[in-house]
Amino acid sequence: MTEQTHGANIQTPVYLDYQATTPVDPRVLEAMMPYFTTKFGNPHSRSHAFGWETEEGVEEARAQVASLIGANPKEIIFTSGATESNNLSLKGVARFYKDKKNHIITTVTEHKCVLDTCRHLEQEEGFDVTYLPVAENGLVNLDDLRAAITDQTVLVSIMAVNNEIGVVQPLAEIGAICRENGVFFHTDAAQAVGKIPLDVDAMKIDLMSISGHKIYGPMGIGAMYVRRKPRVRIRPMINGGGQERGMRSGTLAPALCVGIGTACAIAEAEMSADNERIRFLSDRFYDRITGKLPEVFLNGDREQRYPGNLNLSFAYVEGESLMMGMRDLAVSSGSACTSSSLEPSYVLRALGVEEELAHTSIRFGIGRFSTEGEIDFAVDTVVQAVEKLRAMSPLWEMAQEGIDLKSIEWAEH
Amino acid sequence: MAYSEKLIEHYENPRNIGSMDKDDSTVGTGLVGAPACGDVMKLQIKVSPEGIIEDAKFKTFGCGSAIASSSLVTEWVKGKSLDEAGEIKNTDIAQELALPPVKIHCSVLAEDAIKAAIADYKSNADISEDVKETA
Repeated sequence: MTEQTHGANIQTPVYLDYQATTPVDPRVLEAMMPYFTTKFGNPHSRSHAFGWETEEGVEEARAQVASLIGANPKEIIFTSGATESNNLSLKGVARFYKDKKNHIITTVTEHKCVLDTCRHLEQEEGFDVTYLPVAENGLVNLDDLRAAITDQTVLVSIMAVNNEIGVVQPLAEIGAICRENGVFFHTDAAQAVGKIPLDVDAMKIDLMSISGHKIYGPMGIGAMYVRRKPRVRIRPMINGGGQERGMRSGTLAPALCVGIGTACAIAEAEMSADNERIRFLSDRFYDRITGKLPEVFLNGDREQRYPGNLNLSFAYVEGESLMMGMRDLAVSSGSACTSSSLEPSYVLRALGVEEELAHTSIRFGIGRFSTEGEIDFAVDTVVQAVEKLRAMSPLWEMAQEGIDLKSIEWAEH
Repeated sequence: MAYSEKLIEHYENPRNIGSMDKDDSTVGTGLVGAPACGDVMKLQIKVSPEGIIEDAKFKTFGCGSAIASSSLVTEWVKGKSLDEAGEIKNTDIAQELALPPVKIHCSVLAEDAIKAAIADYKSNADISEDVKETA
């Protein structure tokens, strides 16, 4: 990748894909370094100081993760990432309780690793899964949830912050409904931890999935919260030496554990300041874009959202060509053409966003290291690219002529 | 997605963007694709009395491959007779731009656009013949 310097010291490409991953905070890296060099012991070695030293680092990290979500350190287990945590939460609970209950409830806008796990449990292991729809704003309807719960329901899995559109589900209300009905509540909080305040007791969350690299920590590590009172039991997927209270065997990676722990501690200390800055930048970006360009639509609820995620549809231009026109911005598109499947985003489709608009969507992710200069540069880049593509769009031309695009009989191919 | 230099060049400097009067009987307009599928091409040709394509214009809603494919065919059809232009194959377009397999449909759409424009021109010409005869 060749970096270029623009006016106001902007380095391009400008990184606006904070939902895909975040850079490791330098303070996190600093905390990790000794665990690659001098503190190299196996944290499970009980017979010497090398082991004790790394165990101490791991346990401090566990406490840091727990503190951020209002949990007890004993309720945190380390995994390889949120995908594993989601798999273990769903499969672990479903398999442990399968003789008593066999029904799981989730939503259609969950991350692929939750949906694919549910599909596996459904097709290969005989569980029943209800996929709740979401409203146009991306939020789940609580009455739908209540109605879906049966005496066979063992687990409800609903994500905290959506990765594509940034909407925040009503966790406390969902938790209350689950608790009333004696159903476990799991939330995939990969995009939420460290970004919105979370409290497992106040929200009555029983299981939570956490990712390291979405919170300025390293890739390759995640964590999982498993409630002790009332106790949630899971069947492990990985068998072995019985580490992590038997739920996840395998030698821990102390450097990575310390990385996610430090990332959580920084997030806890700086969340409100970070959020204030990110909200300012997000508002600035959105106001300027919509001030300069007509027919731009925000996907997902306007209020119930994490401001660092702006998913916008630019009517009459196609997402992939728009990204090609914005080479200096690192963003993601909900457009089909960026994937091999040629299907537009299932999340946007679930919101009822028309396919025409789903093809025109771009996700802008703003994070801890985004600057005002970068945001202004991004606004100029987006406006220029959209105007250029609209000038060559037959749909824009027709819309300007007052032709209703829906009145035309298109040849779907 | 890794695109060829030629494709990127066409995307960045598209040839012959624009529109012609679709009611002009010497103009044939092809509008193919669908917004829901993520690509729509409008290709217009202006045909001389000798049946030679004198000018071509396009507007395209679609991915980079779709834009480059339509830009390329406007260059190719200019100066060709209707029959010659009708022989342009999607495989020629795909090969010229080194389209990745998942983007082959863009070249198919461009071929369809040429055929649609030619058919539209011919039906316009038939109508104007009819008008002359009845006059």
